[in-house]
Amino acid sequence: MTPEALLERVVALVPAATPLPLVEMRGQAVVRLPREHLVEAFTTLRDHADTRFEQLMDLTAVDYLGRTPRFEVVYQLHSLTHRHRLRVKVSVDEADAEVPTASGVWRSALWAERECFDMFGIRFAGHPDLRRLLLYAGFEGHPLRKDYPLMQRQPLVPERDPITQPWLPPAGGAR
Amino acid sequence: MSEPAVRTALARDRHEPGEIMAIQMGPSHPASHGTIKFNLKLDGETIVDVDVEIGYLHRGFEKMCEQFTWNHCFPYADRLNYASPLLNNVAFALAVEKLAGIEVPERTQYIRVICGEISRICDHLTCLGMGASEIGAISAGFYMIEAREVLYDLVEAITGARLTVTYGRLGGVMKDLPEDMAERCRAAFVQVRRILADCERLLVRNRIFVDRMVGVGVMGRDEAISWGLTGPLLRATGEPYDVRKAHPYLVYDRFDFEVPTGTRGDNYDRFMVRMAEMQQSMRIVEQALAQLPDGPIRVDDPRFVLPPKDQVYNSIEGLMNHFKLVIEGQKIPAGEVYVATEGGNGELGFYLVSDGSGRPYRVRVRPPCFYGMAALGDMLRGAMVADVITTFGQINMIGGECDR
Repeated sequence: MTPEALLERVVALVPAATPLPLVEMRGQAVVRLPREHLVEAFTTLRDHADTRFEQLMDLTAVDYLGRTPRFEVVYQLHSLTHRHRLRVKVSVDEADAEVPTASGVWRSALWAERECFDMFGIRFAGHPDLRRLLLYAGFEGHPLRKDYPLMQRQPLVPERDPITQPWLPPAGGAR
Repeated sequence: MSEPAVRTALARDRHEPGEIMAIQMGPSHPASHGTIKFNLKLDGETIVDVDVEIGYLHRGFEKMCEQFTWNHCFPYADRLNYASPLLNNVAFALAVEKLAGIEVPERTQYIRVICGEISRICDHLTCLGMGASEIGAISAGFYMIEAREVLYDLVEAITGARLTVTYGRLGGVMKDLPEDMAERCRAAFVQVRRILADCERLLVRNRIFVDRMVGVGVMGRDEAISWGLTGPLLRATGEPYDVRKAHPYLVYDRFDFEVPTGTRGDNYDRFMVRMAEMQQSMRIVEQALAQLPDGPIRVDDPRFVLPPKDQVYNSIEGLMNHFKLVIEGQKIPAGEVYVATEGGNGELGFYLVSDGSGRPYRVRVRPPCFYGMAALGDMLRGAMVADVITTFGQINMIGGECDR
């Protein structure tokens, strides 16, 4: 399916989706979705015979500091059946940086969302285990935000005895 | 397998449940290559639950790239997967070129294929050699390192460096292949094929090896797809997805090669898929060398490619061009792109956002082994402690790529 045809089909299946201009995206199919319809739209895109996006290849975010809404969460979808790709973007603002989790649709979202939370501080509502992934629990700030200073130092973390103190952070996840 | 499922299975086998013991394996465990921690909960020797902790090698690659020009990112891209730096180099170059709308000359595309496939063999040899020696087949491990050494000599002849190659350039490659490349490759592949045949005889029907690998770390096709696995891990489950075939890039559609697949999705299949892939990679290199056309190795576009040194030193235009490119960087038109290539461990993707200035606005790598590590917990629950080593070995986690 050509990107144009794919975009048409996706918009027909998910009316909330807005296709983005192909030129700026270098001929790749990209749609923007409101976060309210996200999980429902993902389930449709995964299960419908014309799209069959079985894999969430990657999930990340981009910080457009100075723009409102500030963040864009980016999902790279891939279909093994039809061999086509789709990029889905969801805009969220800093004050309310929360997106419903896609981990119920694709399991690859489990760690990808943890990393995104770690790096950008975007929360994923409904995620079963939203902890920091690459950084440690005592890390302050979210380093891939554009306003995180490059030379920022981190406070020392008190030494922890792994035997007497539990080896997992509290169940609610790192703050 | 989930934690409750393991507990149910344990309760079925025995009358009373054993005491749960918490053990931290790692971060620097002698039997795991790579800095990683497994927080294990054990009932006897059975893994009831495991929490995999990564991030010990996090260097802030993505943040670093935002601070430098596009050209400056190439050395960093090398150091993502240091078992196959050329593949990363090429993947990053392809992504930036797609964003800039550059089409590289045909000869460059062939050179990139040749480098990439040699690198892929190195990557697989590292994975399998280490994996074999970790479970006791240390001589097979050494043989494979010997083969890798032969290939590193090739890499050195092409790029001038063995590991930190920085060979890719925006719009081309650093320099041309050596003149006797075909001859060197032929000689090297004779050795590699001999060593691979030796290793196959040592391992493939070896009772101990087979017992440790077959039926261990099993993950079915549907689960593997849902976990976002690609590369040998996915192909071992029987799904023939290879980016080189599914979404051909460079000149991969001109070569005759096969995509080996497994059936069970266990460690043995992952091992065999990688063994078969090395043979296919050598076939691709031989075909590419036979078809290799003449021509330039860089695009002729002063907006993106550094001028030759004699122009820089002898003409004001060359000097200015050099100065602007080095200080301000290549002005890539605003936009964004996701480019996927087949890395050593699976789909290696770069998602780039440019705002039109000389620096990347956002660089995101899709590291293939990251998703393998995410799925590792599911592969391990219900297995034995000793199976951690083989399964982890076949995921082929490369710290530089997984933690970035």
